[in-house]
Amino acid sequence: MRRIYLDHAATTPTRPEVVEAMLPFFTNAFGNPSSIYSYGQEVKGAVEEARTKVAELIGARSEEIIFTSGGTEADNYALKGGAYSNERKGNHIITTSIEHHAVLEVCKFLGRRGFKITYLPVDEYGLVDPQDVRRAITDKTTLISVMHANNEVGTIEPVAEIGKIAREAEVYFHSDAVQTVGHIPVNVDELKVDLLSISGHKLYGPKGAGALYVRKGTKLVSLMHGGEQEKRRRAGTENVPAIMGLGKAVELAGREMAKEAERLAYLRDKLIKSLGKKIDHIRLNGHPRRRLPNNVNVSVDFVEGESMLLNLDLEGICASTGSACSSSSLEPSHVLLALGLSPEQAHGSLRFTLGRENTEADVERVLEVLPVIVARLRAMSPLLKTQK
Amino acid sequence: MPDVWSLYSKKVMEHFKNPRNVGEMENPDGVGHVGNPVCGDIMELYIKVKGSIIVDAKFKTFGCGAAIATSSIVTEMVKGKRIEEALKISNKAVAEALDGLPAAKMHCSVLAEEALKSAIEDYLEHQKLKKQT
Repeated sequence: MRRIYLDHAATTPTRPEVVEAMLPFFTNAFGNPSSIYSYGQEVKGAVEEARTKVAELIGARSEEIIFTSGGTEADNYALKGGAYSNERKGNHIITTSIEHHAVLEVCKFLGRRGFKITYLPVDEYGLVDPQDVRRAITDKTTLISVMHANNEVGTIEPVAEIGKIAREAEVYFHSDAVQTVGHIPVNVDELKVDLLSISGHKLYGPKGAGALYVRKGTKLVSLMHGGEQEKRRRAGTENVPAIMGLGKAVELAGREMAKEAERLAYLRDKLIKSLGKKIDHIRLNGHPRRRLPNNVNVSVDFVEGESMLLNLDLEGICASTGSACSSSSLEPSHVLLALGLSPEQAHGSLRFTLGRENTEADVERVLEVLPVIVARLRAMSPLLKTQK
Repeated sequence: MPDVWSLYSKKVMEHFKNPRNVGEMENPDGVGHVGNPVCGDIMELYIKVKGSIIVDAKFKTFGCGAAIATSSIVTEMVKGKRIEEALKISNKAVAEALDGLPAAKMHCSVLAEEALKSAIEDYLEHQKLKKQT
């Protein structure tokens, strides 16, 4: 059976060109960039080229890019590093209730260690109100973290407006941009961010590669201590093959992004529109327009997400859900609940995130298969009866 | 790629794909209603009893694959059983009948046991009322 992968927000396949760019750095070009002989210096040069490519994609200077093991490390570094470097100034951090766990769990950790955390609400579309950010700032605020786009519902946040407010207040501003870099334009000066997280495997690069943009002059306490790599900001021998892969991935993304976003947005809109026509009692989650070009998130009434996913998987379709039936907590997605969905609606959510390999035929296949699955599950749902 | 890594056992998937005894029952002798929307599983179990033997069982479930499979198998397990025997069906027995469940899904077997117990209690309650009138 042909498999249709529609979970690109979870991870993307590494592009063959990216793999090709990585391969020499496992074998011939194996040197340690810190070594002064040719083996090392050749690799160092390649790492710096990759750094420049990442910087160019987001309008930064190459010395403002620190390579990390991925988005989670970048978020941890930005938040813990930012919080601890400003301890003398204050202990208040502002974030939102819909951040990725890589931000929320760090905030909870800091909260247990004496920091005060404000979790801002969002509206029914998942948008943060910049005025809420302004109102939340106190003289103790040292850090604001608002994601560029939400990974579950695809809503694109007003980051530039929040950046302006943060800058006026002279507070560090971090944005988790792992869902946007390489997919839609990201420019650190336009967004007025001081810190920005990037992940390699979300943009057809390898897993284990990421970066944190750190605006010049921004002070961060390091997470990793040891050697002098990354200008002593992130110790540990560079994951050179992964960095080379990230460099290639951002280079390709920069070239192809505009056209690809347009293509995906067409498929996205077709899927959203047609699902609404083919299935009743279905709603779109997230913003109808300020939305990632590849994100479709719907709630299907009276049925639970995991049972839909399993049925889709039996048909070869890979998607995702905000139902937490598969996690130990049993609580549905914090994002969907923050948007004001009822627990039933959150449990009945389905996310399709499109990507490079997907075609219109894939969308049609979902439209053919999903209504049948929903009808079958609704026939065994006790919720439908009580609604009649 | 090896096919051995899957979330559920073959037995669970078999019951998930072809659930037994789905649907509402007309004039049931006992109805069990358990679960809540927050945890994402709601089960309704109906039983028909003749001379203290459960002769039929049906269910409706909103929930994950494991919830559907445990509902399905528990209706199979109780059919033909005497009330006192049916009351002894434990969540462990339900999970074992499905060749095991992932740890995070054991609560679904608990829910199936509770749905059955609640349906039997409902039946016994009605019996008591009948005797009183």
